[in-house]
Amino acid sequence: MQVPAPVEYERATSVEDALALLERHGPEARLVAGGHSLIPMMKLRLARPSTLIDINDLSDLAYIRVEDNELRIGAMARHRDVLDSALAAEHFSILRDAERVIADPIVRNRGTVGGSICQADPSEDLSAVFAALKAEAVIRSSAGTRVVSMDDFHVGAYATAVGPAEMLVEVRIRIRPSSGSAYEKVERRAGDWAVVAAGAFLRLDGGRIDEAGIGLAAVGAEHFRAAAAEDYLSGKEPNEASFVEAARLAGEGCNPVADQRGPVDFKRHLASELTLRALRRAAARAQGQEV
Amino acid sequence: MQVTMTVNGEEVTRDVEPRLLLVHFIRDHLGLTGTHWGCDTSNCGVCVVWMDGEPVKSCTVLAAMASGRRIRTVEDLERDGKLDPVQEGFVSEHGLQCGFCTPGMMMTARWLLDRNPDPSQDEIRECISGQICRCTGYENIVRAIRWAAEHSESAEVSA
Repeated sequence: MQVPAPVEYERATSVEDALALLERHGPEARLVAGGHSLIPMMKLRLARPSTLIDINDLSDLAYIRVEDNELRIGAMARHRDVLDSALAAEHFSILRDAERVIADPIVRNRGTVGGSICQADPSEDLSAVFAALKAEAVIRSSAGTRVVSMDDFHVGAYATAVGPAEMLVEVRIRIRPSSGSAYEKVERRAGDWAVVAAGAFLRLDGGRIDEAGIGLAAVGAEHFRAAAAEDYLSGKEPNEASFVEAARLAGEGCNPVADQRGPVDFKRHLASELTLRALRRAAARAQGQEV
Repeated sequence: MQVTMTVNGEEVTRDVEPRLLLVHFIRDHLGLTGTHWGCDTSNCGVCVVWMDGEPVKSCTVLAAMASGRRIRTVEDLERDGKLDPVQEGFVSEHGLQCGFCTPGMMMTARWLLDRNPDPSQDEIRECISGQICRCTGYENIVRAIRWAAEHSESAEVSA
């Protein structure tokens, strides 16, 4: 039987209340949203918070909306909210691609966007998605609000820029015209963590790639990104030759480890192949094709 | 700490440790053993119950987090001696062998049919993709849910 260690429990009524509770209970307190990453970690005693601060009543953070030419996703938006959001899909197909293959429908009813990326599991899908999209994270504390890039947000495995008395409240993604995005994942069985996954974002301008974003999950890519492949694509024509070379660079530049999901060379191969497929679909979508 | 929630329409209050999982609250504190407890890792789905109208894996929710919310368990599918069409479907189509996964499968199936009364085979398979059956190969479970979709107002309980 897996049971968490003894823990205190508080329920926050607002963002301000959650921040005050974090300050009162100190650095060993943890926020819990859906709990579908944190509670399993607590059962395994890999996480042992002194106090859980439940933020499920903060439904005012469950929004998905467009504001100031940005898609803004509240930290308490559940995976199912994102999957079902026509607004999210309209601007970033990659979000629907990814949400379809994150866990299963029952887990998606609970798991939240904020909880997923704050867990910062190296295999986490949305971290790769937001890295590809060059999203920004909005972090609140009692001192105010700060906005950080995804590169700055992802400090390392299971570590983010969110401090002990801080809270992620929103993810912002700039809406860009003539752009397309896609996500490709290989998993051992339905709903599992990725063996490898790749996300691509392309913005086209006058027949060339104006901006490229490539996110990789589960292969030890720094900041979940394939930076060399992104740089290579900038200014290139969106054709097969460009994509093949970018995919090669993505595979070469990551650092997978061998585990029960596969050996290093297999994962490196997948990183390349999935990057290639994601780039093809992102380009087609940027050109207005439904794929 | 004290938790109060509505379970199958009845308000219950108990003193619990904050670390108590909802599945153990339901089984051990309330004695409702229809909800099963399986993998403990949110993979197998035998512990699915509804919380505020949506299925959740109760091994991954604390009883404390369910306080103030509405819980529905498999015991609530049958009303006044009349089985839910989903239950009838599992009987008619032999949707179970050992029965361990059945409560979770049926709670998810009821939710699916409430939102989508005429689901395709693919939609059914997608919806139960977070639940594991080690006996049936899923074929009869899918048939059972289809049966329920086709007999939504059924009064005919199979023998």
